[in-house]
Amino acid sequence: MSLRSPLGQAKGLGSAKEGVHHWWAQRVTAIALIPLTVWFAFKVAVLSMSDYNTVIECIGSPWSAALIVSLIVAAFYHAALGMQVIYEDYIGGKAMRIFAIMATNLLLFLLAAASIIAVVRIAVGG
Amino acid sequence: MSSNNRPLSPHLDVYRLPLSALLSVVHRGTGGFLTIGTIALVWWLLALAGGEESFNSAQQFMGSFIGRLILLGWTFALFFHLSNGIRHLVWDAGYCFEKEAVEKTSYIVLGVSVFLTLLVWIVAFFFGAGA
Repeated sequence: MSLRSPLGQAKGLGSAKEGVHHWWAQRVTAIALIPLTVWFAFKVAVLSMSDYNTVIECIGSPWSAALIVSLIVAAFYHAALGMQVIYEDYIGGKAMRIFAIMATNLLLFLLAAASIIAVVRIAVGG
Repeated sequence: MSSNNRPLSPHLDVYRLPLSALLSVVHRGTGGFLTIGTIALVWWLLALAGGEESFNSAQQFMGSFIGRLILLGWTFALFFHLSNGIRHLVWDAGYCFEKEAVEKTSYIVLGVSVFLTLLVWIVAFFFGAGA
């Protein structure tokens, strides 16, 4: 006996079992971002008024750089997951929706890669 | 067939959104805004990695009226999304679903985000500008 609903059986499309992963990943990144963003918001506000050497020292110290890279990974992943939900809710056409999600994911990956390289360069003292 | 007493779904163009619904919309809005805001973050980090000259011009823009306004908006969006996000985690755990609790925590979320935004800029002017 199949536990599938008649409709599910007819369409042959059960759960792809990927929704839970998306949901969990969004929560895990959210929890990681609680301490990271509070720390970073204060840092950015203070550093927006500081001179070059102060900022380089502050961003480039090993722990600082490690925390910023962690923040970048968590924040961009969280942003990609969140934007996907927004597109899924508001973009009706399937092709357009998939295009928007893909384009956003690729763009956010590129931005994340660029900022990680920048932070590493600052930390190594290029 | 009488339909006089049936509940209606809200007609959105004549319906005043309750605060909780408004904050839900703002949560998405700030999420999208913060995603776009990452471009500014990347630009600032790349300018810093590019050396003193490129950093100074980026810093000059951030110190201008428009730059400050963007940063102010960014910090408020961040703290709002953060506080409301914590409320979402509480909801995920199954708490605070009662109407009164939702109403009350809506005001807490707004209060905390305004407080943290003010605090971050008081701290910044105190330590950043003084140093």
